[in-house]
Amino acid sequence: MIAKLKGSYGSGIEPLTYAGQNYMVVDRSLIPEILQVLRNEEQFDYCVDITAMHYPQREKQFDVVWVLYSFARNERIRVKTQIADGANLPSSVPIWAGANWLEREVYDMFGIKFEGHPDMKRILLPDGWKGHPLRKDYGILQQDNEWVQINLGIESGQ
Amino acid sequence: MTDPNTTLSHVDIADLAAHDKPYLDANELVINMGPQHPATHGVLRVILRLDGEKVLGLECVIGYLHRGVEKIGEHRTYTMFNPYVDRMDYVAAVSNGLGYCETVEKLLNVEAPPRAQHVRVILTELNRIASHQLWLGTHALDIGAITPLFYTFRDREEILKIYEKYCGARLTTHAFRIGGLQYETYTGFEKEVKNFLSFFRPKIDEYEELLTTNRIWVERTKNVGAISAEDCIALGVTGPVLRASGIKWDLRKAQPYANYKNFDFEIPVGTNGDTYDRYLVRMAEMRQSVRIIEQAVDALPEGPIMAKVPKVMKPPAGEVYHSIEAPKGELGYFIVSDGSTQPYRVRVRPPSFVNLQALDLMCRGELVADVIAVIGTLDIVLGEVDR
Repeated sequence: MIAKLKGSYGSGIEPLTYAGQNYMVVDRSLIPEILQVLRNEEQFDYCVDITAMHYPQREKQFDVVWVLYSFARNERIRVKTQIADGANLPSSVPIWAGANWLEREVYDMFGIKFEGHPDMKRILLPDGWKGHPLRKDYGILQQDNEWVQINLGIESGQ
Repeated sequence: MTDPNTTLSHVDIADLAAHDKPYLDANELVINMGPQHPATHGVLRVILRLDGEKVLGLECVIGYLHRGVEKIGEHRTYTMFNPYVDRMDYVAAVSNGLGYCETVEKLLNVEAPPRAQHVRVILTELNRIASHQLWLGTHALDIGAITPLFYTFRDREEILKIYEKYCGARLTTHAFRIGGLQYETYTGFEKEVKNFLSFFRPKIDEYEELLTTNRIWVERTKNVGAISAEDCIALGVTGPVLRASGIKWDLRKAQPYANYKNFDFEIPVGTNGDTYDRYLVRMAEMRQSVRIIEQAVDALPEGPIMAKVPKVMKPPAGEVYHSIEAPKGELGYFIVSDGSTQPYRVRVRPPSFVNLQALDLMCRGELVADVIAVIGTLDIVLGEVDR
């Protein structure tokens, strides 16, 4: 299957394996087409998870990962793409309805917006929260100190 | 000008009609089922749009129990993070630990020795029974049947006693370690587990007798909150909810982990995908768990309980996704290692979070009282939804 996809998309896909698990790093331009193909033709009908990683030293700082599973093939695969800070991704909600909250969480935690998402707003944090916590430049102590200073008027003891 | 003090309560109808939107939409009522509510199984806020008593749609607002577990994971070593995972799905803590330990073992490329995997299966299946018992008690309580709560919590007590004797904690057990187990099973462990099974087996029949053919139970749960198999797959719903909609899929059989391929058990499936079917599926799952524990306890192998893992764990750089069949669905861990002692990213894919998305679809057209039944039947734990 990977060979077939590689044949169609050539250099845009790089298939890899680690610890016995297959995943592919695809070019940003291929999303959402590759996801559509995976769902419609290769029967990856269950979107297990959508998540992201932040690598602040890299030029393209974010890695967005889709973990997909196919019931028919009993196979799990990961699709990974790299995007720059401030870039957007097309939403996978038209492909899998379950991507709705998963993408909202990625936005909430990383600040990556998904275009075409029906309800792009924060999910776990309160609506007025500033910042995106899972980014590497978001210090947890900084947030606590700030809150203590504003609300209690003292220096935080941490 | 009319005097405002005498005409304040009078609303000019003609004035209202002049607005674009009606001032009061008499058809749709927006009601808040606030975060503090006895039947939402935690701090879950549901905003219901009602037409009288019928639900037109609802929106879940979550995040009241968000503790930033994933962020914490980046600042702790692999062994230090182990106790944190118990606290996510606090009802079934052992499963969380199993998922995490297995994922890190995959990263380290070690395998727990056979005895450890065996004991892990026993504890995890006991955990499944405990979780389903809590589900049964609270779900029945929400619907109005008060008695099962006391019975199921009594059974849960027996399991928690076993956990306490094994690892010292009842709820957040921290039972497993990366590479195996820390504690050897205590003397009398097999005997106590066997006693529990012989005590528990007739109890499932007792609960079925109380509820399964009970007229009120059937009326309140049949055809309530039905969801089709296609919707389940599209939404990513897993666990007993998926199985009740007719899809025979269980990670213990599809992608076996921790010794499950050595045991003989069935996967119960439902037909309609309504609340009644989910109830039947979970009852049947408890019976299958009893079966697995029976087989496991009889065949407990001798041997070491801990594999050779380094004291300071530095898995090579790479990423792994591993998931297990938790009592609530597919619990997945996606851990990215950068070669240091602390994970670069720990992502927990909680089953309750993804299952809760289905609440809107399942409640359309139901009555308000059924929303409570559906929240109960989805078996969500807010600790897991929010992490």
